[in-house]
This record gives sequence, structure tokens and C-alpha cells, in this order.
Amino acid sequence: MSMTTSTRSVLDIRDLQVHFPVNRGVLFIKNKGAVKAVDGVNLSIAPGETVGLVGESGSGKTTVGRAIIGLVKPTGGVIEFEGNNVLEMNSAALRQFRRQVGVVFQDPYGSLNPRMTAERIISEPLVAHHLFNSKQERRARVQELLEIVGLNAGMASRYPHEFSGGQRQRIGIARAIASDPTLIILDEPVSALDVSIQAQIINLLDELQDRLQIAYLFIAHDLSVVRHASDRVAVMYLGKLMEVAPRDAVYDNPLHPYTKALLSAVPVPDPEIEKKRERTILTGDIPSPTNPPSGCVFRTRCPIADEACAESIPELREVTPGQHVACLKV
Amino acid sequence: MTTQTNTENDAAASADSASTILEVKNLSTQFRTRAGLVKAVDDVSFSVKEREVLAIVGESGCGKSVTALSVMGLIPTPPGEIVGGEIMFGGKDLLQASDDEMQEIRGGQMGMIFQEPMTSLNPVMTIGKQVAEPLRIHLGLSKAAARVRAGELLSLVGLPDPLEKLDDYPHQMSGGQRQRVMIAMAMSCEPKLLIADEATTALDVTVQAQVLELLIRVAEEFGTALIIITHNLGIVARYAHRVNVMYAGKIRESGTAADVYKNPGHPYTAGLLSSVPSLMQSTSGKLQSIEGEIPDLTDLPSGCAFGPRCPYVQDRCRLEDPPLENVGDDHISACWESAQFRGTT
Ligand SMILES: Nc1ncnc2c1ncn2[C@@H]1O[C@H](COP(=O)(O)OP(=O)(O)O)[C@@H](O)[C@H]1O
Ligand SMILES: Nc1ncnc2c1ncn2[C@@H]1O[C@H](COP(=O)(O)OP(=O)(O)O)[C@@H](O)[C@H]1O
Ligand code: SF4
Ligand SMILES: [Mg+2]
Ligand SMILES: [Mg+2]
Repeated sequence: MSMTTSTRSVLDIRDLQVHFPVNRGVLFIKNKGAVKAVDGVNLSIAPGETVGLVGESGSGKTTVGRAIIGLVKPTGGVIEFEGNNVLEMNSAALRQFRRQVGVVFQDPYGSLNPRMTAERIISEPLVAHHLFNSKQERRARVQELLEIVGLNAGMASRYPHEFSGGQRQRIGIARAIASDPTLIILDEPVSALDVSIQAQIINLLDELQDRLQIAYLFIAHDLSVVRHASDRVAVMYLGKLMEVAPRDAVYDNPLHPYTKALLSAVPVPDPEIEKKRERTILTGDIPSPTNPPSGCVFRTRCPIADEACAESIPELREVTPGQHVACLKV
Repeated sequence: MTTQTNTENDAAASADSASTILEVKNLSTQFRTRAGLVKAVDDVSFSVKEREVLAIVGESGCGKSVTALSVMGLIPTPPGEIVGGEIMFGGKDLLQASDDEMQEIRGGQMGMIFQEPMTSLNPVMTIGKQVAEPLRIHLGLSKAAARVRAGELLSLVGLPDPLEKLDDYPHQMSGGQRQRVMIAMAMSCEPKLLIADEATTALDVTVQAQVLELLIRVAEEFGTALIIITHNLGIVARYAHRVNVMYAGKIRESGTAADVYKNPGHPYTAGLLSSVPSLMQSTSGKLQSIEGEIPDLTDLPSGCAFGPRCPYVQDRCRLEDPPLENVGDDHISACWESAQFRGTT
């Protein structure tokens, strides 16, 4: 996958904030607050680039993706697509934006309508954006898309349950690329699949990127998959980015204690390496985003935290060229 | 936070001399479904030694869970039926045991934990009562004594404020905490064998590491052998002494984890291993995946079931199913072409 950092970004997120109100239900009345799902995220994606977004569940990855495609409304910040603020677009610009940004979810079961044929599912974006002139043209385009993602044109009339998990994910990808997007949000696209099928889908995404010059925001919790698939990697914890850097820096020279802990928790498929490997295992679970720790949000699980970490919030700083880290002690 | 090195593999040597606690011989389990007869487990044999950690790997639908459920006597009948074999445990064939005897063994000498603890925990019963239950049934402890022991067990599995947790309900806990409770329950009677079926699959990698280290530590402490069913080949490499690779209802390869990873005896194993991208090195370009998908178990291809996906397939493979043969010391594989594939001819 190509590194194109000199060009203008496809996507530029600045100080993104998504806070969900918690005021429903009796339980919360005393403690009216907000779930700070995303709390000041800065991230850009260059044309044709893949940025991996990793972190434990509940850290806010999906919410970042949903905010970009307009499924949740940010409570603060700016989302710029090719230089224009998405949050201030008029409806014509917004329609154009939606055509150019695709999305693939983890669960192809949940995201494909079980009562629609593959053909109708893949046609949806073509219909929504008027991308064909005749029925034949639409049908031909669907068949072409099916073949691009490695399925048979003859499978167009089948329903989602007639496909395997890997095939359903291919249909989801065909739908995502149907309107010729420049950016696709991939939210855990291979997490539900067996390793063999996972590898097939990763290869397909890679091929499509080369062929169609699409940028990816690749959200995943499998750190090995993210290393292979990404040009740069962003590590998220409790609504904030802890580290953002080119993949080799993140994996070979992680600087943030959270990045180090995440990497060290992954067992690698090699008994000889595992026999010798020292591991740092974080204790406890990720705290609640309703009431995040003061100062650095990671400090309650951080092996090197001291009093200062409870006092001030570390900013994301460029520590080595291209490697941004939010830690007071780095 | 704790810093740990891996000492598990050192135990492999000592497991050699240990006695066999579970011996599965020619086990076959089938399901009658509308689509036809599913041979979920077909002529499977393996054994587990005292204190050994055995992993079972293979893609979804290959018969890993059905193998475990057969051992536990938990195959739903109908549609399922164990149609042949023996499962020797504690000197008797479990397939001949009565329902009462099986009930006694489950939760006593043998335990199992699953991927989703919520389905095994009772949502309206306190954690304390649930952990105490097997202690009362299998060990005959009084209500008060069982509660005390339950508190000790929750502390053993590293739950914060264990005594307060006794009165909590499952939904008040995180996924990792619930899995710790499951371990406490499964280990409460110090079983000889514990089966963990994808027990950490739903957990984050950090919590997965906590739970697995805990499981291994407690198993060592109690002298419990483990069968770990997982699709995570890293977990196998770190924790397992031995590994069985299953494909389409059969064991296709079995050996020590060290041998199987270093020098796989079956193209399927090699394919699985090369499908996983490296954490240690950046790679680009195509991942070496296995083509195609697992076959329909009601309509298996003739000969070797892996044939249609195998890069080494020959005419013979399409006609005859290869038997398990030695490919090394304590290392077996079922592949006609294993010598060619391993470059040993
Ligand atoms: N619609 C919503 N209302 C309230 N809270 C939400 C909503 N969506 C997500 N959250 C909360 O925001 C946090 C981040 O969630 P999410 O973005 O799904 O994390 P991730 O994808 O990293 O697992 C979680 O605590 C989650 O419960
Ligand atoms: N209760 C059941 N009824 C019908 N078929 C079943 C049942 N349980 C398992 N099977 C089938 O048995 C085969 C093996 O399943 P399983 O052992 O669960 O695979 P895995 O290796 O993923 O654990 C699959 O084809 C599955 O569909
Ligand atoms: S700022 Fe402090 S608490 Fe946060 S990661 Fe750095 S050392 Fe740890
Ligand atoms: Mg998510
Ligand atoms: Mg299973």
C-alpha cells in the first residue's frame, strides 16, 4: 500500500468530540453527565493511504467511524473531506460526500438486509446516486462488481443467508465500492472471520486499493492484521489518541506505555518466540467513559504513571519524525 | 501490572512421564439435519496426559466444539448422536456412563468454560450462590462453608473486592470478570480436566492475556489438564504442549506445538499458519491464504477432504482418504503428499 503524505488529505479530523448524554433512566439522575466516547481526536488520511485505528473495545473507534459518515452527530470539532467541512455542507455537497465515502461493517449479517438479493443490496448506492441510465446498465455494473470482489455474476439473485460469512463480506465490499468512493471506513471488516478467510478478504481490500486508489480507515482490534494492512496506525484509549505513527514506528519502536502493553499482550504464532518473550500484562478493564480518570486517561492502568499524570492532560506531540505520542513521560 | 515470562513449555517435558487421564478412541458424532447427515466428528482419537495443555485448532465448523461436547456428554440428542468410539476417563468409558454418573463427573472431575459466560451464568442468581453450588453438590460443603470457599475462589481468580462480588449479579461485571467467575466455578472442585472452548475469543487482547495467564496458573496449582479450543494460533503457540489440527470432522495433524509450528506435517496446518500476518515484521502484498472454504459436511469431497483447497493435491488424494501416519517423533499427519510438501524426499 502506498504512502502519500505530501498530497492534501482526503480526510482531516480536528479535535473531534462525540459526547453522548446520559440522562435517560432513574439510575443516572444524580450523575447527569456524558459518555465521552470521542474526546478530542485529531487524525488525517492521505489519498490512497490506509490508517489503522486500534484500541480496546469501548475506546471509541466505531464512534469515530460513525461520526465521519454522519451516523452520529459530533458535539465538537471539525471533519474536513477534501478540504470542506462536512458538518457545514449543504445538501448537494453532502450527497456528493456520501457518494465518495463507503463503509463496511464487521457483521455482514447485521448490515445486509436479509430480504434483499445481492443484486439489490449492491444496487442501493447506484440507485441512491443515480449512477446508471438503464436497467441493463445497472445489472451489468452489479455483475462487474460481483466479479471484482471475487464472486460469480450468477450469484446476484441469492439472498444473504445463502452466502458464507466471507462471501457476505465480499458483498458488503461490493456495495461499498459501487459508487466509486475515495475513502472507505472499514469497521472490523475481518474480525468475525476465520484466519484463512480473513487473509482472503485482506488481500481483496489490498487489491482494490491498488486498483481504485481508495483510502481506508481500517478499524480493528487484531494488531497483526493492522500491521499488515496499514501505512500508519493510530492507537486509541478512552476517547483519545495515545499514539499515531507510521506502522514500523508503532510496532518496532512503540513509545506510549499503552501501545507497548497492547503489543505485549498479543501472543505470536511461534512457540520459540513465545517461550522467551517477556510480557507486560495490564491489570483491570478500561474505565467507564462517563467518568474518565483526571489528567491522562490511561494513568489508572499505566505501569509508569506518577502524580503528575493525574494533574495534567498529555497532548499528542511529535516525538520522533511522524511519531506522535500523548504521554507526559515520553 | 505484572511482568511474566513463559514457563509453561518447561512443563511439557515433565508431562511426558505423566499418566494419561483422557483417552478418546475412534469417536464419531453425527447430526441428523434437514440438509442431511452431518459427520461432525469422524473417527477421532487422541489422549490427554495429566497436567498437559492440549490445543484443538481448525476453522469454524471443523468439529472442535462437538469433540468437546462429546467428551462432556453434552451432545443434544436428537439431532446429535455419538455413533461410535470410547471415551476413557477415570478408568471408565464415559459413553457407557449413566446420566447420573455424567452429572457427577461434570463440574466435579471435569469442567468446561465457553465463549459467552452470560449463557452459562444464571442472570438472576448472585455470583456467590453460583460459585457455591458445585461446592455443595460435588463436595457436600455446608451453605456457610461453601460461601467462604466461594469467596476464596473469587480471590484466587483475581477479582477485585471478592467478598463484595459474592452478592453481585452477572450483569454487574465486565466480560473479563465474568470469565474469571466461570474459571472459579469450573475449578472449584479441582477437576482433572478443564475444557476451554473459545473462552477468551470475545475478550480484548489485554483482558484475554489476563484470563489466560490466570487459567494456566490455576490449572498448574490444581494439577488440572487443559484442552484449549481456539482459532488463535498465537494462544496455541504460547500455552499448548500439544496441538490437534482438525479439518472437516477429522484430526489431520497432531504433535507437540513446537514441532507442528516449526515443521508442519499437513498443508492445511501450513496454510493456517501462513494466513496470519506477522506482528513482528511489516509485510506487504498478498497474504498466503488458503483458497476456498470448508466443505459442506453433509456432502464431503471424495478422498482427502482438504483436496479441493490443497496446493499439493494429486490424483490419489481425490480417490483415497489418507490415514494418519508418523511424520516425526510423536508427530502424525494425514496427507499423501506430506513428504513432497515438507521437502523430505
Ligand atoms: N449511541 C450511544 N449512546 C451512548 N453511548 C454510546 C453510544 N455509542 C457508543 N457509546 C459508548 O461510547 C463508547 C465508545 O464506543 P465505541 O465507539 O463503540 O467503541 P469501540 O468501537 O472502540 O469499541 C462506549 O463506552 C460505548 O458504550
Ligand atoms: N446441534 C447441532 N445440530 C446440527 N448440527 C450441528 C450441531 N452442532 C454442531 N453441528 C454441526 O457440526 C459441525 C461441527 O461443528 P462444531 O464442532 O461446532 O465446529 P467448530 O469446529 O467450529 O467448533 C458443523 O457442521 C455444525 O454445523
Ligand atoms: S502520561 Fe503518565 S499515565 Fe499516561 S501513559 Fe504516560 S506515563 Fe502513563
Ligand atoms: Mg467498535
Ligand atoms: Mg466451536
